[in-house]
Amino acid sequence: MARGCRGRLGSNLQRPVSFRSAIAVLAVLAVVGLLTFGLLSKGSSGVALGEVAPDGPLPQLEGGGSGSLADYRGRWVLVNFWASWCVPCRQEAPELEEFQRQHGGPRFTVLGIDSRDLTDDGRKFVRDYGLSYPQLRDGNGDTAHAFGTTGVPENFLIGPDGKVRLLLRGPVDSEYLERYVAPRLPGGKS
Amino acid sequence: MLGARLAAVAIAVSSMAALASPSAVAAEPQASQTEIEAEVMCPVCGTLLQLAESPQAQREKVFVRRLIREGKTEQQVKDALVSEYGEAVLALPKGKGFNLSAYLVPAIAFVIALVALGFGVARWRRAGGGPPDGDSRPGAQGPSPEDSERLDADLARYDL
Repeated sequence: MARGCRGRLGSNLQRPVSFRSAIAVLAVLAVVGLLTFGLLSKGSSGVALGEVAPDGPLPQLEGGGSGSLADYRGRWVLVNFWASWCVPCRQEAPELEEFQRQHGGPRFTVLGIDSRDLTDDGRKFVRDYGLSYPQLRDGNGDTAHAFGTTGVPENFLIGPDGKVRLLLRGPVDSEYLERYVAPRLPGGKS
Repeated sequence: MLGARLAAVAIAVSSMAALASPSAVAAEPQASQTEIEAEVMCPVCGTLLQLAESPQAQREKVFVRRLIREGKTEQQVKDALVSEYGEAVLALPKGKGFNLSAYLVPAIAFVIALVALGFGVARWRRAGGGPPDGDSRPGAQGPSPEDSERLDADLARYDL
């Protein structure tokens, strides 16, 4: 009996695959392949402390041309993701501007990134709050996604080597800036 | 005489222009706020703009309304939105590159399902609604003479 079973199994294995089975397998493989590609193409997102921050080029919010975090390699940079429609960003902007006036220079700058915002609204925001630090535009939110932001505002302190040294998923105020950011800057008391 | 002919030509030209202008207008229909909001996304909320009420969505709606008031066509409004937010703002992706699969996969799946259904129905009709003819499944034609003989022998061993 057992020999009979073995024989039948053997004949099944040798039987050629039917056209319909091949089509079904190919269809399943195609769907799985598409899903896998879709997931992989989204890529992993987010940076952790100690990791190199994304530094792809972005258009300048005002004026032409583009800029990048890589342009500031060798300096400390406080990257601030914001949007004109974001209420906490309005409270945070004057504090960042004040911090830039006190500490900005050849060794440090605040770098604003206006994310998923309308260009004109972003420019008006900069004018209204008199922001003097450089501003880039991340219209489609890809850079914010690469940083792993979940909203605005979010702040990342980037070291001269391009690595993330500090991150805050929320608005900063003068107290936070003086307590956690200022001591890390050149000449700061850490 | 010449003046009358010139007048006739002028009337004909103006009539043609009058006839042509409505078709020109029809080629560039007035953009509709409702239709555009149903076809673009609120990038922050991840939903259709018409369903979104977030502050960002409100700004986007105002932007669309302003462009419509400026006389922009639906395509021009969408182009402006893409320029601001990228292609992800379109609810229906453009049929290029990987995005093409969004249109092709359902169509191919539909055709495959249709063909499979056709095969199934044809096979069922050939079989007259019963088991298919020439069924080669094991046991479908009953046991072979050797199997019957062996079965009888086995049963005989248990005959009390």
